[in-house]
Amino acid sequence: MNPTTWFMEATYLVASILFVLALKGMSHPDTARRGMFLAEAGMFAAIVGTLIGTHIVTWTWIIAGLAIGSIIGAWMAIWVPMTAMPQRTALSHAFGALAAALVGIGEFVVRGTQMGGVTRGALGFEIMLGALTTTGSLIAASKLQGLIEGKPIQFRGQNIVNFAIFLAMVASFAAFWIHPTAHLAFYSMLGIAFLFGVMLVIPIGSADMPVVMSLLNSYAGLASAATGFVLGNNVLIIAGTLDGFSGLILSILMCKAMNRSITNVLIGGFGAVIAEATSNAGGVMREISLDDAAMQLAFATRVVFVPGYGLATAQAQHAVRELAELLESRGVSVKYAIHPVAGRMPGHMNVLLAEANVPYSELCEMEQINPEFPTTDVAVVIGANDVVNPDARDNPKSLIAGMPILEVDRARSVIVLKRGQGRGFSGLDNPLFFKPRTTMLYGDAKSSLTHLTQAVQHV
Amino acid sequence: MNPAVLIASVYVFVLAAFLGYQVISRVPPLLHTPLMSATNAISGISLIGSLVLAGAAHYPLFAHILGFVAVTTATINVVGGFGLTDRMLKMFGKRKPTPSPTNEAAK
Repeated sequence: MNPTTWFMEATYLVASILFVLALKGMSHPDTARRGMFLAEAGMFAAIVGTLIGTHIVTWTWIIAGLAIGSIIGAWMAIWVPMTAMPQRTALSHAFGALAAALVGIGEFVVRGTQMGGVTRGALGFEIMLGALTTTGSLIAASKLQGLIEGKPIQFRGQNIVNFAIFLAMVASFAAFWIHPTAHLAFYSMLGIAFLFGVMLVIPIGSADMPVVMSLLNSYAGLASAATGFVLGNNVLIIAGTLDGFSGLILSILMCKAMNRSITNVLIGGFGAVIAEATSNAGGVMREISLDDAAMQLAFATRVVFVPGYGLATAQAQHAVRELAELLESRGVSVKYAIHPVAGRMPGHMNVLLAEANVPYSELCEMEQINPEFPTTDVAVVIGANDVVNPDARDNPKSLIAGMPILEVDRARSVIVLKRGQGRGFSGLDNPLFFKPRTTMLYGDAKSSLTHLTQAVQHV
Repeated sequence: MNPAVLIASVYVFVLAAFLGYQVISRVPPLLHTPLMSATNAISGISLIGSLVLAGAAHYPLFAHILGFVAVTTATINVVGGFGLTDRMLKMFGKRKPTPSPTNEAAK
């Protein structure tokens, strides 16, 4: 090995170590930022090491790619609003997976016939995972952006069709593995994987997006790890595996928070069987006036805000923080209860509220806040529905039976901010809204909260 | 790939998976969105594979073009991913609260 190769390998080792340290820093908000600087340094070192250590002769394509990518990346980093974070993340899963798939195609073009069996196997995984994650993530991003309908898109025999597509994909993989020179098998594997990604995500509703996002995250990482096996490159294996397992852990956490299995999310098509579901809901919803609501809040000792996806769509994170600060200045203790699957991706609500300057010590996890509801004077539900549905706990026949919920119905009183009397995204009835201690405040969450703040000032 | 290299790679994969599980289980739900964004940026390391494809000697033009697109998308992820993660993490920790039990535990 010549010195430049040694240097390159050394940068890879340093990068691997720095990546692990970066993720370790993520265990606390105070150390997370420092950790990310380490990861950035590691990435920079690996890039420089590669450019020095490999025989690069054509710089045109590299410089063009780095320049265009940096401009688009920087533009995204600066201008993407926090409310669009789920779409942005889905898009970046697509980019990462596409890069892995393209490197795979390139390897096939350059040295397809000289590959051994193991390398061909890894290449197959790289291509299949990369391609299906690319199109799957693009569909997820379009759903989150509202470009295509967020409701599950389903048809009869969907699971059978999808299974057939999956079998066809595996069959072309096998054909390619047996006949490395069979271009047709390789490219049909690629094409079918693109199609499979689309078919995998269109039947899934927006409410299940936290799981889908985590799974796509995992696939994108594993595609990178497979690239590492194809190229015999350890830093790719390490970084890809860390990403893959991070996504996998998040998927498991999200599924637990919905009391569903991953298979159920992928082939269940939530929201299609509503008609058969039963509910304990019934009675009348009582509306509350702004002044009454303001009065309740102003004279409370403990208030808990429960944000849901409605907070994000109404962009009401700043309005809720203003109300909370006003209440705190009056001596009210304020907390926020965050359900793991509130919003459209893991941690979505935390990021939104942090953007609005809410200190993280006020953001409480479900297990932490649930015992506190019985001593809470007012729980304010902002655009959340399923995550506070007591049917999940009390009604074994409910579609969401067994899903852990925020037990706001145990609070002394509940104010629900809601756009209208509709059933919300999942289409389930929510008995919380009909309880005697619950009152409804209709309207856009942002303007309701702003008006509440004004009303509290006048109390 | 000769068997010794393959076995070494499998070791690396399994140990990285184990390490990843240990490290990532400790990330609080508070930081799950930045975590996803950060791991995304880190897996943009596939950029180093793309660089070789885009610029190595004796590769056909088609490979260079594939490499160019891959370099572009991977760079978007690296630059955009790290940039956004930092922007998010900057927001956590503004208006420092009085030392809480979690702060003590981290030290």
